[in-house]
Amino acid sequence: MQRDPIVEVEDLSVRFVNRDIDLSVVSGVSFSLAAGEVLCLLGESGSGKSVTMRALLRLLPPHAQITGRIRLAGRDVIGMSERQLESVRGPVGAMIFQEPMTALDPVFTIGTQIAETIVSHEGVSYTDARKRALELLEMVQIPSAERRLNAYPHELSGGLRQRAMIALALSCRPALLLADEPTTALDATVQIQILLLLRSLQRELGMATIFVTHDIGVACEVADRISVMYAGRFVETGPVGDVIARPSHPYTAGLLQSTVHAGSRGQRLPSIPGAPPDLADLPNGCSFSPRCSRRLAACDTSVPPLVGVGEDRMARCVNPLLVAETVLA
Amino acid sequence: MEGLRKYFPLRGPLGNVNAHVQAVDGVSFHVAKGETLGIVGESGCGKSTTARLLMRLIDPDAGNMVLDGDPIGHGGLTLRELRRTMQMVFQDSYASLNPRHTATEEITFGLRVHGIGRSEAREQARSALRLVGLEPDMFADRYPHEMSGGQRQRVNIARGIALNPRVLILDESVSALDKSVQAQVLNLLIDLKERLNLTYLFISHDLNVVHHVSDRVLVMYLGKVVEVGPVERIYQAAAHPYTRALFASRLSMDPRQRVDAVPLVGDPPNPVRPPSGCRFRTRCEMAEAVCAAVEPILSEQGALHEAACHAVTPNSGHSRAGGLAHAA
Repeated sequence: MQRDPIVEVEDLSVRFVNRDIDLSVVSGVSFSLAAGEVLCLLGESGSGKSVTMRALLRLLPPHAQITGRIRLAGRDVIGMSERQLESVRGPVGAMIFQEPMTALDPVFTIGTQIAETIVSHEGVSYTDARKRALELLEMVQIPSAERRLNAYPHELSGGLRQRAMIALALSCRPALLLADEPTTALDATVQIQILLLLRSLQRELGMATIFVTHDIGVACEVADRISVMYAGRFVETGPVGDVIARPSHPYTAGLLQSTVHAGSRGQRLPSIPGAPPDLADLPNGCSFSPRCSRRLAACDTSVPPLVGVGEDRMARCVNPLLVAETVLA
Repeated sequence: MEGLRKYFPLRGPLGNVNAHVQAVDGVSFHVAKGETLGIVGESGCGKSTTARLLMRLIDPDAGNMVLDGDPIGHGGLTLRELRRTMQMVFQDSYASLNPRHTATEEITFGLRVHGIGRSEAREQARSALRLVGLEPDMFADRYPHEMSGGQRQRVNIARGIALNPRVLILDESVSALDKSVQAQVLNLLIDLKERLNLTYLFISHDLNVVHHVSDRVLVMYLGKVVEVGPVERIYQAAAHPYTRALFASRLSMDPRQRVDAVPLVGDPPNPVRPPSGCRFRTRCEMAEAVCAAVEPILSEQGALHEAACHAVTPNSGHSRAGGLAHAA
């Protein structure tokens, strides 16, 4: 069953350029996503995961130079004017953030913000929009939704604010939901509530979803597919269960082994030596090779291509772990 | 051996001056020498306030603390002696270093305050850097912005251990680090503890990390201790419903075993006006009338294991509790 992709990205690169710097933040990223699919971009700080996602809606500062091809619901995003972008941001792709106050306006009530968004995008009457705002608050399971319509963002708890932001993002019935670390700042008992809510909304509404996270646990809870990023590149991609159980790229394997888990008590954690590279001073070849235990001479000559390493699996490595042999203890 | 115990009991309410946020209310515990006590809980539960009270970065409204047999204040240990014995490492490696100090200056500053001569302080700073895995020739003269997050946190740890303290309070010390670097720093902390005979108070919201390093675990909710016990006991057979819900909220790390049902609904209540009786009762599915009326106190649940819940306290009047009330 092949559906038309909502997102098609080909050879996306983003550089941050100004008088002093010229940084390649994202290099050669390609992927596509169909309705109902959930992709997780997993990476550490500075790996380019958030920039990749923001590039999809062109939500980057003016000194960012985007090259490559991005198509959302069949429309080319890179060539769009600001005006055309407005018709994409919201109805096609909507975004939720780590900190809900970046999306919510502190001086308007939740109900007003959601209703006005609906009026401006769908041209319905304010009364109808207000009715839909109530439905949305109920959909994101905000208790006493009627009363919360008239609440200001600061009157809500962290978890409710996060739900209100999700309601706002869903107000234009987006085909694509972009979630940038939406649960990172939340407490454990609230985080799992929001993850389960997003998972059920995504299924119910059939949205394509891209989740940016540094937390493998979050990826395991929500993703169908996972793309691991390192220094601006996809280094491994595949179905989440396969990648977690049998990582192929040495970075993915190292990341999984160095993550504290239930069975690691009393053992020394196998850690990846060194630190993520400086984007201004990347090695010529594979960005991970200075930290890699499987390094070969060929690693330092040129950036390795993404190669197939198993069914539906790709890794950017000249000496990948064979998918069959890497079973994590 | 018995005589070598450290006691840190802290008792009594802490009222904040402006709003009476009941951040830490009647918290008592002890840490034995050479042990790692993990403190877990969600934001606002008072775990960082507890750490700051221990270091006397803020003054408690009530309560006593005994360190290695000596009381703090009241003719016992002075604050200066306290801070020589106990040091703290914070979460934000950048904010906790002076941007205009090199690594050496940062470490020697505290040593000089404690009356150590200039050249000796420099020597001690170099050996502290070596202990945390930073080659002094490379890092001694670096400023914070010239180092990575992991390296900065190592400098913070070096500063913490330079005075040869016996207790190190680690307040979310590895939480802001990337996973690949976090593992290195955790390994370092475990090594240092062995080499320097340290006692750790390890505060974190990350249950997996606490499980990895702790001997005993203390669980806090809204300024109260709800459960304390040996790490395996707390992780496998928790008695308090909040502890159980907290652990059930952990992410699975296995896509085939996703969490299906929400373990706990709602957010923690406002600490300015905490619920009467048991503070967890508003989110607890076992709550009964007694939970609103009477505040539960820690009761024994096994060796070294205590929980503050009426449902597991005999004779508490809760229908699930054993004892007289149940029989009647």
